[in-house]
Amino acid sequence: MPTPPLRRRIRTALATAALTLAATGLSACGSGGPQDSAGGGGAALEAWVYGDPSAAVQRKVVDRFNKTSDVKVKLVEIPGEGYQDKMRTSMGTANAPDIFFNWGGGSISDFAAKDMLVDLGPYMKKDPALKKAFIPSILDAGRIDGTYYGVPMRGMQPVILFYNKKVFREAGAEPPASWDDMLDLIDTFKEKGVTPFALAGADPWTELMWLEYLLDRFGGPGVFQKIVDGDKSAWNDPAMIKAGETIRDLVDRGAFGKNYKSVNYTADGASTLFARGKAAMHLMGSWEYANQKANQKEFAKSGLGWTSFPAVPGGKGDPKDVVGNPTNYWSVNATRVKKGERRDAAVEFLKFASQQSYAKDLVANGDVPATSDAKEQLTAHENPEYATYQYDMVSQAPSFTLSWDQALPARFTAPLTNNLQKLFNGDLSPKGFADAMRDVK
Amino acid sequence: MSPSPARRGPGRPGLLWAAPGALFFLCFALGPLLLVGYLSFTEWDGLGGLPSFSGTGNWRRLWEDSTMRGAVVLSLLLTALTWLVQTPIALLLGVWAAGRQKNRAVLSAVFFLPLLASSVALALLWKTLLDPNFGLIADIGPWIGFEDGDVLGSSRGAFGAVLFVAAWQFIPFHTLLYQGGARQIPRSLYDAASIDGAGTVRQFFHITLPQLRNTVITSSVLMVVGALTFFDTVLILTEGGPGTDTTIVPYWMYETGFVSRDMGYASAIATALVVVATGISLLLVRLTGFAAMRSTREGL
Repeated sequence: MPTPPLRRRIRTALATAALTLAATGLSACGSGGPQDSAGGGGAALEAWVYGDPSAAVQRKVVDRFNKTSDVKVKLVEIPGEGYQDKMRTSMGTANAPDIFFNWGGGSISDFAAKDMLVDLGPYMKKDPALKKAFIPSILDAGRIDGTYYGVPMRGMQPVILFYNKKVFREAGAEPPASWDDMLDLIDTFKEKGVTPFALAGADPWTELMWLEYLLDRFGGPGVFQKIVDGDKSAWNDPAMIKAGETIRDLVDRGAFGKNYKSVNYTADGASTLFARGKAAMHLMGSWEYANQKANQKEFAKSGLGWTSFPAVPGGKGDPKDVVGNPTNYWSVNATRVKKGERRDAAVEFLKFASQQSYAKDLVANGDVPATSDAKEQLTAHENPEYATYQYDMVSQAPSFTLSWDQALPARFTAPLTNNLQKLFNGDLSPKGFADAMRDVK
Repeated sequence: MSPSPARRGPGRPGLLWAAPGALFFLCFALGPLLLVGYLSFTEWDGLGGLPSFSGTGNWRRLWEDSTMRGAVVLSLLLTALTWLVQTPIALLLGVWAAGRQKNRAVLSAVFFLPLLASSVALALLWKTLLDPNFGLIADIGPWIGFEDGDVLGSSRGAFGAVLFVAAWQFIPFHTLLYQGGARQIPRSLYDAASIDGAGTVRQFFHITLPQLRNTVITSSVLMVVGALTFFDTVLILTEGGPGTDTTIVPYWMYETGFVSRDMGYASAIATALVVVATGISLLLVRLTGFAAMRSTREGL
């Protein structure tokens, strides 16, 4: 056992080392900041975006913006897989971006709590047109503590109940309009030897979509909002228990087949099952269309049907409510972009995402824009019927609940997916799931 | 044997010669190790800001965390089973491959291939093979007791898959060690045994195995430490699932640190892992008398 003075000495030494390191980091941050750029006529604002084919839309808007502004924007495309890690580790250092792509909610709530983001609320008050330019439910889904930190900048990604038209035709079935229909369809398809719902149980975020919709249908969006606001008892809300019981019931009925636990989404297991008619329906984000188009072209074109998640008996939620990823957002880093010309320019750049020309680029890219005047433009979409359905579904939704794994702080993500998988697999009861989530530290 | 005085001349390297290596070790091994040790007594989300001191909070949590307890059991089980599965196979393959016949040389080269591919690529490959509807397992699953090809979705199946893929990937490496070891054994021992009338099996148990003692220890230490810190295959093949049924300690550390952003607690897990892994390998070396470096050739 070391004597106390020695221990204190070690602690002091370690603390000094840590402080020195941190101080170096902080001073580096200062020198990389706006001060030195003021002399050089203004360095470009660095905008980070998730690097995938859709970034072409952002490339175009940066070109347009740079033609009109003295302060330029420089787009940095970070390869998708590493985006989240790189963005999070860079924040607070000298290498942080000035403007950055994010998922709203929990992906930026830590930054918002530490005043690292520019509050866009006042700008929207000053310029009401900016706020009106976006579909309210989408803008609100990205709200944190009653104010806005992000401007929608990509297509919307609601979760939709997809169905295989051919399988339905052969079974003489209609898409489900009520919960009873859902239960009847499960029996119908089981008799035909078709799995009623494709579910990628090896990737638990796909199971999350079921819980999100069921909780909304049973208890409305308020229950999850309470959880987001930090009310842990909401995990034990009767609606949550009911949703959990319904999941158990679906699994026991064989709604997902026998081997769903081993099916993956990322290696295309569930989508292939669905496209080949071995499964009749698939609850999935709207990107399922693009995914099918890439892998099963014929099916995406003529075999894919879509409908909304039905109401449940005795449920308080509005069946028009939607869950999923409303869109992605641009946020401005307040620690790097100080008040003044640069911040005004950054906000001005964000406004470009509300323009018709931006929405047009999104549509051409196959996305459905989140702007409130985009509907007429959807005729130019490669699948106008699908795009219009999605747009109407979202713009008429009273509430759009952000995917829980994005909405909740990072420390919830692992327990949520682990416990949910256990709920589906029968290792946890609905009550056990609720308790386990309530106890997450 | 002591070096002759003449060799202690001006050419003998001074401490300075060690500086580049020591500095490198300090910056990239010892420094981070100490920092992680320090972080384990703090709360830190890895974002800017300073870690805030939290005393032994993380360490107490380590003790109470039921996922951690499960992870420790799984890690120990994986380590033990890895050793039990890989050692006999690698040993037999290695001794067989030590023969100078041409077909053996060709086959050894083929066996060696899995080691050359990246773990991530291999895990992705196996993930596809284990797809219950379209993978190889859909056909052979029923033969090995998985009716619907539901291997990755069952607790034992997923653990078995991790064990299997690890074995498939690392047996070639250990085979190589044993091959090298077996080739060092003097021919004369076998010749003498043949004259005395010992058959192949007897020769294996009385000559090859004792002669390979030091190789077995080297390979075992590498295997044990490798299994305790095994990570990439789990990340891709099972993501620690179903539930937490394949969440071994390194994966739990990753989830805590880089998914939940709880760097303090993740550091506590990491520190515990370092201590345990070092302890076990030291113990292995001690118990087996490897440290004494006793020669297997005494009297030859």
